[in-house]
Amino acid sequence: MEKLSIFEVMGPIMIGPSSSHTAGAVRIGNMARKLLDEEPKVMKIYFHGSFAETYKGHGTDVAIVGGLLGFGPDDERICNSLDIAKEKGIQVEFYRFEMPNAHPNTIKLELTRFDGTTLEVVGSSIGGGEIRITRINRFSVNLTGKYPTVWILHIDKPGIIAKVTSTLALNGINIAFMEVFREDKGALSSMVIQTDQDVSEDVVREINSFIGVKLCRYIQPI
Amino acid sequence: MLKLYSIEELVKKAEETNRPISDLVVEYEMNTSDLAREEIFNRMAANLQVMKEAIEKGMQQTVPTKSGMISDEARRMAAVVQEGKTLAGGIVPLALAKALAVATVNATMGKIVAGPTAGSCGIIPGALLAVAEVKKLDDEKIIRGLLTAAGLGTVVARKATLAGAAGGCQAECGVASAMAAGGIVEMMEGTPAQVSAAFALALKNMLGLVCDPVAGLVEVPCVKRNAMAASHAIAAAELALAGIKSVIPADEVVEAMGEIGDALPKSLKETARGGLAVTATGKRIAEEFLGDGIK
Repeated sequence: MEKLSIFEVMGPIMIGPSSSHTAGAVRIGNMARKLLDEEPKVMKIYFHGSFAETYKGHGTDVAIVGGLLGFGPDDERICNSLDIAKEKGIQVEFYRFEMPNAHPNTIKLELTRFDGTTLEVVGSSIGGGEIRITRINRFSVNLTGKYPTVWILHIDKPGIIAKVTSTLALNGINIAFMEVFREDKGALSSMVIQTDQDVSEDVVREINSFIGVKLCRYIQPI
Repeated sequence: MLKLYSIEELVKKAEETNRPISDLVVEYEMNTSDLAREEIFNRMAANLQVMKEAIEKGMQQTVPTKSGMISDEARRMAAVVQEGKTLAGGIVPLALAKALAVATVNATMGKIVAGPTAGSCGIIPGALLAVAEVKKLDDEKIIRGLLTAAGLGTVVARKATLAGAAGGCQAECGVASAMAAGGIVEMMEGTPAQVSAAFALALKNMLGLVCDPVAGLVEVPCVKRNAMAASHAIAAAELALAGIKSVIPADEVVEAMGEIGDALPKSLKETARGGLAVTATGKRIAEEFLGDGIK
């Protein structure tokens, strides 16, 4: 069975009122912010299921915006995150939507960077503040935020996965979980690798330099 | 190596080695998270600090929540305790005030320790800190109580669930009350078997408790239930310290809790589609609240 710290049971320290609707939403925001790698200029936030029903009462709205601003689940600035976003000139819009077969606590985020490029992230809060990121742009993923994670976008051709995994091995980094997802043969693919060790900037730079790798982003555990 | 899969195993090991349960919980955590003994104590001390601050803050709360269902209950209870005009006297009224305070802070988006969940966050600090205040126990003792409570809760997470959405409120406030009962016995230097008995006695009496929050908010019945469950933890610890045992062992009570949770209908597991949430008043409040500003 998975490791279970007593501090997951007596903890975390968090802003109330709900581990799933508040702390979990903050963590989805934190993960999306790390995937985006900068402060979003526009945040379009779509609530599905239970989140759509009760997002105001549980502060899911301020929690997700706080998470996207980089505040942790115990940061008291979360309560004022809508005002803080406004002061920063960030455009924030909330919507309700239906996502077939999705977990009842699901959020879709459409984020726009300063240069106009966008990122779409779908995440669910699965209880006790635990989260799963299930989609990045059009790629299916299964990210928990518990492990150091490397996200790579690359051309679907022989050898790239082997090069990436051997680079990690040479640097003493063990792969805990790995997912490769592609839409079409030869098209852009997504590789998500969750590891047991931290991945250094040098390793990320090395992977980024491989021919066929379009992007390599390192996400520290949240 | 202790894995915290069973309370019986925990008690047995404590008895064999003649050590308190909190010592074994610390060793479990050292193996699980690679933290040093001192770091584990420091982290629990940080939790304790947040609990104390929430009690302080909640007792001064006067502004109602957005729904208007919760406002100055903790302050009222604290005032009666302060004036010495309580019915029961001693630890219980103080625990009610402290538990209300923490649960109120949670409902108003303040900082709390989810223990085991945010919805049940007032019970453990309410019960443990009231006992500590009246019995004049130091922080080291309280931290040992918290470690014991956390160890017991970890077994529940493994054997059953701590989520209201999966097991109803018995899994949140019920378990918090049982964890607190065990923690109090540890603080009062009861035996490991008494810790287990207190846990079992408290949880048995909370079995079947449903999660039916009005308007889906962590306010009604949650905030006042935190106070009641804190007093219930003290009652269970009192019985256990008097040498009263639970006929059904703690691990079997946890299994029963899991089974009952599975059997509960979805409408009574945090969906706000049954029980108090669909009473005439519950529905009216939900309509008024949800009609306010949400498109």
